[in-house]
Amino acid sequence: MFALTSPRRLARAGIVGMNRRNVELIAQNNPRHLYPLVDDKLKTKELAEAHGLNAPRLIGVVRQTGQLRQLAEFLTPHPQFVIKPSRGSGGKGILVVTGRDGEDYIKPSGGRIGFDLVARHINNTLSGLFSLGGKPDVAMIEALIDFDPVFEGYSYEGVPDIRVIVYKGFPIMAMTRLSTAASDGKANLHQGAVGVGLDIMTGKALRAVQNGVPITTHPDTGADLSKIAVPNWPEVVELAARCQAASQLGYLGADIVLDRQAGPQVLELNARPGLAIQVANGVGMAPLIDAVDKLHRDGKAPADPVARAKRAIGGLLAQP
Amino acid sequence: MTAKTQLRAIVAVLLVIGFGLAAFKHLQMGFPLWPDERETVWTAEAKVSFTAHGDPVQVRLSLPTSTNNLLVLDQGTAGYGFGYYVDNSDLVRTGVWEARAPDGEYSVYHRARIYRGGGRPDVFADFEKPKTPEAPVFSEGAAGAADSLLADAHAYSSNAKGLAIQLAQAIWSKDPSQTANVLLGEDASSREKNEIITQLLRAAKVPAVTLRGMFLDEEKTTSRLSELLAVWNDDSWVVIDPETGEAGLPELFLPWQIGSKALFEVEGAEDSEIRFSVIADELAASKVALSYGDHRGASLIDFSIFSLPVESQNAFKTLLLIPIGALIVVVLRNLVGLQTSGTFMPILIALVFVQTELVTGLVLFVVVVSIGLFIRGYLTSLNLLLVPRIAAVLIVVISLYIFLSVVGFKIGVTQALSVTFFPMIIISWTIERMSVLAEEEGMKDVLLQGGGSLLTAVIAYLFMTNPYVEFWTFEFPELLLVVLAVILVIGQYTGYRLNELWRFEPLTRDE
Repeated sequence: MFALTSPRRLARAGIVGMNRRNVELIAQNNPRHLYPLVDDKLKTKELAEAHGLNAPRLIGVVRQTGQLRQLAEFLTPHPQFVIKPSRGSGGKGILVVTGRDGEDYIKPSGGRIGFDLVARHINNTLSGLFSLGGKPDVAMIEALIDFDPVFEGYSYEGVPDIRVIVYKGFPIMAMTRLSTAASDGKANLHQGAVGVGLDIMTGKALRAVQNGVPITTHPDTGADLSKIAVPNWPEVVELAARCQAASQLGYLGADIVLDRQAGPQVLELNARPGLAIQVANGVGMAPLIDAVDKLHRDGKAPADPVARAKRAIGGLLAQP
Repeated sequence: MTAKTQLRAIVAVLLVIGFGLAAFKHLQMGFPLWPDERETVWTAEAKVSFTAHGDPVQVRLSLPTSTNNLLVLDQGTAGYGFGYYVDNSDLVRTGVWEARAPDGEYSVYHRARIYRGGGRPDVFADFEKPKTPEAPVFSEGAAGAADSLLADAHAYSSNAKGLAIQLAQAIWSKDPSQTANVLLGEDASSREKNEIITQLLRAAKVPAVTLRGMFLDEEKTTSRLSELLAVWNDDSWVVIDPETGEAGLPELFLPWQIGSKALFEVEGAEDSEIRFSVIADELAASKVALSYGDHRGASLIDFSIFSLPVESQNAFKTLLLIPIGALIVVVLRNLVGLQTSGTFMPILIALVFVQTELVTGLVLFVVVVSIGLFIRGYLTSLNLLLVPRIAAVLIVVISLYIFLSVVGFKIGVTQALSVTFFPMIIISWTIERMSVLAEEEGMKDVLLQGGGSLLTAVIAYLFMTNPYVEFWTFEFPELLLVVLAVILVIGQYTGYRLNELWRFEPLTRDE
């Protein structure tokens, strides 16, 4: 379990370490002034709208406590919605409402809450209870996603999203994170969630790991992880590439969910995506980074994000 | 790429300046490289005592002078009821004490600190070329002996220096020849012997003066100074020790009086006597280097921490250790991959450990943070806003301090009192951050980060209390630039961290 390898072998396997990620990938490709675009989900939403990226529809924004008075009336035509803090961290402060029963709001668990609890949740959000550093925040009301059943049976709680790493315009790696009982329903790999590497060319599962150890079935549901295959994969990759073009972040993590009708939707963008994706994919990302750099250097990188996504699907490392 | 080149240039400049200044201070100014280097410093004192009877009194005492081996510093005088000034006429420094109408027994002192080091290249620098002396007149019996001695010495020498040495050997011989005995008489004192040598030299038309002073390696109190001879050898003065017949100013000889002027004179009083004493002191070499540099007005010292009042110097002693702590944090986080709670919190904790001792500090930290986390866990359920929440934690922390101090004191564990050294705000924030971490990521992460922070703090503590590190940071603050250079280099290090050798190990398995 506690085996060590050598730096040389890591380099040979093409692993990118934290220091290289911070110094080369993030510091050199992600200008600081672009961070608010992705750290503030409301700005991300505006960005997505401006660039025609598919994202859950924004129903409304509550910025001040005073607006709560009109909220009940405002929500009447929307039986399903999600309330999110704009600058929440770690998935805190998300309230999902799946339906109405008279004056009550129905939660996914089937529980009912009155409007007063919804209002209090928004009030807490506004006062910064869920945001990083406790800064005052705004509450976003989003349309509820009708999740594609592709991940059914693969998750202990919640619906998994697909993380695609985009480097200088080219999607290079993808994975999905499945929550487990051990991870307490959270999709965080180092807390025991399962990471499933997805082939960037096909969207099919490459391999799955939990706590760094390869596994074949979901520890709670027993579902065969190697059977995962994301439908409409090219659309996912294209959306990720277009997110990069819209945000201008050179090293980007795009979190994408699949809607049954509307297809891939961008949920969040991340300017500091982690490196665990390498473990989930079972390969290092350095060769892909080098390949993208070479494309740019040789002037062979197409400008259009869709063309870039196609190039990625065709295999960056495959000789054209 | 340019950033990398720039960094290299900056690092090179920092290294050159940092190491260069340190090397200069070590080689040129005598700053020691190791903390336990000690150097001998002497305190030489002359005390003139006399009895006055109400008449105006003037005491003149010739003052010690620096040589090419010794440096006379920190001269001080004392003489209750007497005015003092230095008379520089006659090329000799003379201390003068005066009083209009003293009555009774008095003592005046002159004290000086003597350091090793070239103070003055040539003791005789101010002396002009002497005139050819007049030949002394020997008594009839002695004249023949003198001629004979001089003839012998002349035959066995080629210059004035050699001549003087030959004469000294003849006169100071343990078993003097018949001719020498004619001049010496019975039981000649060393002063008389030297007088004879001087006269013989004059007879040979060689200018010679006596040089009185003390050998610092003989710790004693005496009324007599040792005597050397200085001989004019064609174009310069040469010192010879007549007793041993060796040429050159002995290394530890401190000249107190040169030439024929009286060593001390007391006018207007009687029963005067003089006593000299030498005390050797072992001082830290760095202190010696400082006084020495001060004297030379070295601007490196003028514009350094050492020019500040001692209190501020002590503050800097602590401040200068912080970069070392920062370096440890940088190494542990970026090269080892240790997680800490708060970037520089471990340094502050390490500083507290310096004051509380390690074990006490560790126990207190764990106790305070654990209890704080427990109480903070309850505050979570109250859904408080951030600032009131932290303020509440702060008050809880202070209450804990009081509780621990009082209980510790009552049950006799006085170490608990040092809990107040922990900065409350930092502890409060640590509790807050760890509590959020526990909620968001789970206890495992809290233990991982808390343990990482404590480990970092302990390692930083061990470095910061290391006597060598303490010494180097304070005596050679320019080494900060070297620390800066190392941190800059690590700042652009893109290689793997130690923990990644383990984290990504599975990826290298199926090769």
